[in-house]
Amino acid sequence: MPGTSLRTYLLTRLALVIPMVLILLTMVFLLLRVAPGNPIQAALGGHVPAAYVNQITRKLGFDKPIYTQYGDYMWDIVRGNFGTTITDNRKLSNIITVNGAATLELTFFAMLIAIVVGVVVGLIAGRYRDTPLDIFGRLFGIVVYATPVFFLGLMGQLVFGVWLNWLPTSDQASPLTQALLKTHTNIFFVDAIIDGNWGALKDISEHLILPATTLGLATAGIFIRLIRINVIRTLRDDYIEAARARGITERDVVFRHAFKNALVPVITVVGLNMALLLGGAVLTETTFNWPGIGHSLVTYLENRDYTAVQGIIVVFALVVVAISVLVDFINAYVDPRIRY
Amino acid sequence: MAAAASARTPHGRARLMAISRATKPIREAHGIARGMLWAGAVITAFFIVLGLFATWISPYKFSQYASNGVRFPQLAHPSAKHWMGTTVQSSDVMARVIWGAQTELKVVVIALVMALTVGVPLGLISGYFGGVLDRALVLIMDALFAFPYLLIAIVIAFLLANSSIGQGVLTAAIAITVAYVPLYFRVVRNHVISVREEPYVDAARALGARPRTIIRKYVFFNVVQNVPPIATLNAADAILLLAALGFLGYGIQPSQGAEWGYDINRAVSDASSGIWWTGLFPGLAIVLLVTGLTLLGEGLNETINPVLRRRRFGHFDFEVVSPGTIDIEPLVEEPEQS
Amino acid sequence: MRNLRVYYGTPGRPVRAVDGVSLDIGEGEVMGLVGESGCGKSTLGRGILGLLPDGARADGQVLYGGRNLVTMPPKTVRRMRGPELGLIFQEPMTRLNPLMRISDHFAETLEQHEPKLSDREIKQRSLETLGRMGIPPTRFRQYPHEFSGGMRQRIMIALALVLRPKLLVADEPTTSLDVIVEGQILALLATLKRNFGTALLLITHNLGIVAEACDRVAVMYAGQIVEEGPARNVFAEPAHPYTRELLRSTISLDTTELHSIPGAPPNLIDPPSGCRFHPRCPDVMTVCPARNPIETHPEAGRRVLCWLHGPEREIPPGGTEPFEREAIAVAEEA
Repeated sequence: MPGTSLRTYLLTRLALVIPMVLILLTMVFLLLRVAPGNPIQAALGGHVPAAYVNQITRKLGFDKPIYTQYGDYMWDIVRGNFGTTITDNRKLSNIITVNGAATLELTFFAMLIAIVVGVVVGLIAGRYRDTPLDIFGRLFGIVVYATPVFFLGLMGQLVFGVWLNWLPTSDQASPLTQALLKTHTNIFFVDAIIDGNWGALKDISEHLILPATTLGLATAGIFIRLIRINVIRTLRDDYIEAARARGITERDVVFRHAFKNALVPVITVVGLNMALLLGGAVLTETTFNWPGIGHSLVTYLENRDYTAVQGIIVVFALVVVAISVLVDFINAYVDPRIRY
Repeated sequence: MAAAASARTPHGRARLMAISRATKPIREAHGIARGMLWAGAVITAFFIVLGLFATWISPYKFSQYASNGVRFPQLAHPSAKHWMGTTVQSSDVMARVIWGAQTELKVVVIALVMALTVGVPLGLISGYFGGVLDRALVLIMDALFAFPYLLIAIVIAFLLANSSIGQGVLTAAIAITVAYVPLYFRVVRNHVISVREEPYVDAARALGARPRTIIRKYVFFNVVQNVPPIATLNAADAILLLAALGFLGYGIQPSQGAEWGYDINRAVSDASSGIWWTGLFPGLAIVLLVTGLTLLGEGLNETINPVLRRRRFGHFDFEVVSPGTIDIEPLVEEPEQS
Repeated sequence: MRNLRVYYGTPGRPVRAVDGVSLDIGEGEVMGLVGESGCGKSTLGRGILGLLPDGARADGQVLYGGRNLVTMPPKTVRRMRGPELGLIFQEPMTRLNPLMRISDHFAETLEQHEPKLSDREIKQRSLETLGRMGIPPTRFRQYPHEFSGGMRQRIMIALALVLRPKLLVADEPTTSLDVIVEGQILALLATLKRNFGTALLLITHNLGIVAEACDRVAVMYAGQIVEEGPARNVFAEPAHPYTRELLRSTISLDTTELHSIPGAPPNLIDPPSGCRFHPRCPDVMTVCPARNPIETHPEAGRRVLCWLHGPEREIPPGGTEPFEREAIAVAEEA
């Protein structure tokens, strides 16, 4: 029965993931300990009295031998405690919920735009291969991918923000909206809907358009390329010819057989693209002053806040792994051949 | 010439033939793939020239803010004297764009060479010998591979910047290298594994060839053929990565050279005043160069990879044959004309 | 078919895969089409249904119910595929959409051509046809990868027959299956006439199958039909040297040494002059490379394309002398 084998598959997949997670976490740990100098000192700046530095060092456990630190680190993570920042004394979990939610909002809509644009252009380009439609589509995909996210953002800000004055160029929402919005999920868009606050929703959407479109377009390039190639390959498959031999209309052949089968790897592509999306999110958030977790990372890096950086990277690592498992799971659901 | 001399020996002749065999698909490329290949090559060559000869091409130096004792205007519109305008520090934008090409190329070439030097041998050894080493490496590389390139690069750049190496070309290059080593490792390893089981490798093993010889003669050459398209597309990616690093402030120091990403970062504050030239031109440079490299890479891919090749069909007409001529012919002894 | 020609376009001169073929298939008749690989038989099969790949074009007549399929608009031909014409392929493993259940395949085909059917009727007809092929109803909702090669071929046949076409073209249907399964499939195909009243064009390079299952047989060489007639007669007394050599090369339990036809299959872009078999024919005469052979009827119901069978009046004097030909160069293989 499909259900059982799917469950088994999921469990197996999760089990396989554990070594990868361990390695990632260990690498992050080692990496940040390898850096020379006293991290606390660096984070707090040069003018802090030594006594205070020692106090913080002891509090954060940096004076213990490295094995103990590693053990504490791992144990903390298992319990969900990702630490506290050195510079502004925030708990990492707070950063994750507040800033993470902002990033989630941004990346969700960006991915939506990327998928829609990418799939549509890719399907058309693949179906009408080597026609002007195809050439244009491919060129579009290449140029859009070649445009750095921050450049596209900058131009967007210039054109739509400054010259046309249609859209805001930074922040997640205007200060007024933020003051009035009640916090439920920390995702502004969702919170506004829960409250039924349509004015706030409009404001939030306006703030979303530029960043999400920028990030979405930049990511769409990969989709276009992959979908196009997949459509071309699928159209060459034997069952397509067999369907034609049964008198199925070309339109049905293309849509029901070719496109549907060509889209199956989309899910994997989405998963693979997450890495690109997260990287792009960091840049987009910096360009638009979006209070997401990527922006936080950059700020904490500038301030040399090791604990914060370590915590955020750990979060990224876990998210990346979680998505890869999710992608495999969805794949197994859609394509019955995979479920060993 | 060494090439001519080597052509006389049978070994040298074989090598020449191998090279000509390898380039054959490129020479036979036609249609879209050919267009892409040449367009990409031209654009890339343009930037390479800009970068190599920046000293002579650029009207000013990258951080030059005055000439003949006269300071350049600040944030000046594009004009005859400054085709692309000037920045807030009175630097000529066009000069920075041209010098930026040199910086980009410098860093990316160093980074890719390093990544290849580390990734390819690792992939070869790991793929061919397998075993514990292989599994360990694969686990590490896969973990890294799933991670966003940018984050890896940022962290490495951050760490190195605070160390003795300091910020600069080398730091940026190393950061990019670390981000891409897993890619090359993986590609090479996969290829080695598929080639390793080929009959001709087996035959060589049966004849007692040493692993080193086998790798060198068969596996390496086969695998290396796949590298150019990947490296080209990778170079495109690397430029974007470098610009991103520069944008975030982890790239090249302003004193060491001009960098497009860094310039765009500076241009963000200009945008609110409606000043567009400080950001537009460096940005366009990035778009153009990356597009060129991508076109080149994709063009190479389509010509070398036979799966995607499209055959050209000729046009033909059926000659009119009236019914009956096929069966009955005149009694003449001459060869049939088709 | 009358003077059917199917050429493939190339950067140079076209490939003349089917070069003037005329053939009649009667209702419910099982016609075998044999020949070496690359002689054009697959192209012929596909050409009948109008399923030619890009760059190929057809000329001539394929008369079905009085209408010429070659000149018909493609949409009309498409509508006939399924209810009137069917095609089954060589490689069953890849001919079914892996993401669709078998039931979906049938539903699609039936809905396409008979949109008025209810779901229940669709299911009923599908199961009935599948049942005749030996596929139990319990497996109706399974996916293609859950079936073996032989079963997939049966499903393909059922899919082709569910709309009761008048003509089914089978392009090497058993070549990729093992011998036992092959026997089962052939037995199935043999019952087509009885159960469905469908005519069958069985394309194969395996003479054994033809002898077993076919009423008539046509032998194809270099894009032309060189001999045609009732299967039993043709195999008992082959008229064309090629047929004769083919029969001699088949391996059976009595074979003591291997017999092969020297030379390589002909170049279809630039076929040999005159009779296309002349470079490899053991009985070649001087007229053979000089003039195209003319079709003759040695008996009622049989025809052959060979100068050995005349017509006498068309052969110039001295034409029947054996032809001296240079040793066939091995380089011809290229």
